[in-house]
Amino acid sequence: MSLTHYLVLAAILFVIGALAVLVRRNALVALMGVELMLNAGNLMLVTFARMHGGLEGQVLAFFVMVVAAAEVVIGLAIVVAIFRTRNSASIDDVDLLRN
Amino acid sequence: MDTVNLAWLLVAIPLASATLLLLLGRASDRWGHWLGVLSSAVPAVLAIVILAEMLGVGEDQRSTRVHLFDWITAGDFTVRAGLLVDPLSITFALLITFVGTLIHIYSVGYMAQDPDRRRFFAYLNLFIAAMLLLVLGDSFALLFVGWEGVGLASYLLIGFWNQRTDYAVAAKKAFVMNRVGDMGMLVAMMAMFATFGSVDYETVFGAVEGTNEGVLTVIGLTLLLAACGKSAQVPLQAWLGDAMAGPTPVSALIHAATMVTAGVYLIVRAGAIFEAAPAAQLVVVIVGAVTLLFGAIVGTSKDDIKKALAASTMSQIGYMVLAAGLGPVGYAFAIFHLITHGFFKAGLFLGAGAVMHGMNDDVNMRQFGALRTVMRITWVTFALGWLAILGIPPFSGFWSKDLIIEAAFTGTGWQPWVFGGAALLGAGITALYMSRLYFMTFHGKARWHEPGQDGPGPEREPHEVGALMTVPMIILAAGSVGLGLVLYQGVPFLGFLESVTGTAEPAPVLPRWLLITLTLVLVVLGVLIAWRQFAVREVPLEAPRGSALTRAARQDLYGDTINETLVMRPGQVLTRTLAATDRYVVDGGVHRVAGLTEGLGQSLRRYQTGYARNYAATMLVGVIVVLVLVLATRV
Repeated sequence: MSLTHYLVLAAILFVIGALAVLVRRNALVALMGVELMLNAGNLMLVTFARMHGGLEGQVLAFFVMVVAAAEVVIGLAIVVAIFRTRNSASIDDVDLLRN
Repeated sequence: MDTVNLAWLLVAIPLASATLLLLLGRASDRWGHWLGVLSSAVPAVLAIVILAEMLGVGEDQRSTRVHLFDWITAGDFTVRAGLLVDPLSITFALLITFVGTLIHIYSVGYMAQDPDRRRFFAYLNLFIAAMLLLVLGDSFALLFVGWEGVGLASYLLIGFWNQRTDYAVAAKKAFVMNRVGDMGMLVAMMAMFATFGSVDYETVFGAVEGTNEGVLTVIGLTLLLAACGKSAQVPLQAWLGDAMAGPTPVSALIHAATMVTAGVYLIVRAGAIFEAAPAAQLVVVIVGAVTLLFGAIVGTSKDDIKKALAASTMSQIGYMVLAAGLGPVGYAFAIFHLITHGFFKAGLFLGAGAVMHGMNDDVNMRQFGALRTVMRITWVTFALGWLAILGIPPFSGFWSKDLIIEAAFTGTGWQPWVFGGAALLGAGITALYMSRLYFMTFHGKARWHEPGQDGPGPEREPHEVGALMTVPMIILAAGSVGLGLVLYQGVPFLGFLESVTGTAEPAPVLPRWLLITLTLVLVVLGVLIAWRQFAVREVPLEAPRGSALTRAARQDLYGDTINETLVMRPGQVLTRTLAATDRYVVDGGVHRVAGLTEGLGQSLRRYQTGYARNYAATMLVGVIVVLVLVLATRV
């Protein structure tokens, strides 16, 4: 397994995540897309860490996981709050900035 | 010297009364006019007491400065507010308060039907206060406060019936033309401050000697400009005729007896400056001579009784200015004529007011005639005033005008002949227009018709006015008869003034008896012409077309036209140009910048859709672009 395989896999994961954020209207799916992108990043970090034989990348991956956990908690809380007031989990319904 | 320290009350009492009447408003409607009369009468009594005290001391102690308070203190520049009580100012104070009180009393009757009579008295009191401050102030700065105060009161009173647009416009015209003169006053004060470092009389007059004559000429000419504005002298004469829009007592008090003579006061007071600047002095005399003929010519053609009297006032003040410009030889005579004129002209105006009262406020003399049969008292008092202004001995105008003519004939070279000739000719024309006015109003056939659409309307029934109005007229008529004789022969009035103004014996180039005879011949000639034309012959109800000079005189010798062509229209062009520049260049630039910014904002606004996914896409695209750029530059 060469470095390229890991990088291509990370790129594929990232593109899937980005497309999920851009294309799907459901807020939950969009959040999952964000997670996918973050994990694509994590995969790269770990890959390069293994390659260089250092620990910094692996430590950084842990940080990303913690931040991602915190982020998803806040994101989900917002989604719940929006759902309570508007009875919808669609991102496009939240367009108050438009006016 | 105790009462003199109370001189501030002269100004304070009428001022307090004016404030009170204006603040209380309608609540003081019932008694306001009597308060007004009282607060003019009390200063009159006070002025008499101060005069009596002044007469009790030696000639060199008659001038007193009363310090009131430090008014402006800035660095080493200090203006102290103080009063200067001397023979000149107390003479004025007496004239103002005495004639003022009589006119207040007259106004109680004259304005009886007016719902705003209280406001009228408040303004009159304001005027009395400002005028007293003008003459009593001990510096040009304080004089200027009074100067502006009387201008304000004059404006308010000319436009008292401001529900009529033409009256309000007349008030505005008087105000604006007076401001032109005030600019002269301001420039003069600035020049004084720059030269002498002070504007109070004592310092300025004390420092005149040894000052550059050019500077003094500038100060003198700007002071003359101020005097021209206030005293309606050529070239700032055009407002006085329109000022007759005000109630007649106002015309009598402000535009005949007192305010319009402020210019004469200024020139006499600043005599030290004018004497050191002969060029300015010569201009003063020329202005006086021109105005006395100008006013007299205008007076011969006016059918409006008040406007004819206004032209006469202009002409008589021309006499005073002429005398004041002659230097010490004329100062006392100018003030003497000012006092006698104050009496007989106020009397004539009050008479005109009585006639208007009897004739439903008509002013057109062509609809008067033969009023002597129904308005006996008005007729007699008016006739006495008429004889006084004509200068028939021994009426008061004779003494004062004769002295001015003598003084005008004093001098060397061409000047006595030109100025003396003008004064002499003016006396003849005065006789002509005053007799015309008198005969058209009181003699000839009765023409008491209402002005109708075509032909004369229904007949009027003139009546004599009440005692409140006749008594002041009688007192003023008594002054017209005897005041000149008393002041000239009875008491040493001229000597009293000369302790302030200085003195010089007139030495006319012609003998005195010849001058008196010439004057009287011209006067009698004027009266005879007027008698033949306006008493014996029928006066047409419609003014005939008249000669070119008559038509020009009816238009005030085109004074308004000249002002409009020379000042108003160029001024309008200038303001229009400036307004257009402001709109299209300054505003245009600002609007263009604003428009650009707005357009930019509008086009950027389209990218703010409010959809979170759009923003996410933008961010992604941005990141990719940055990435590509970074990588592209590294290769």
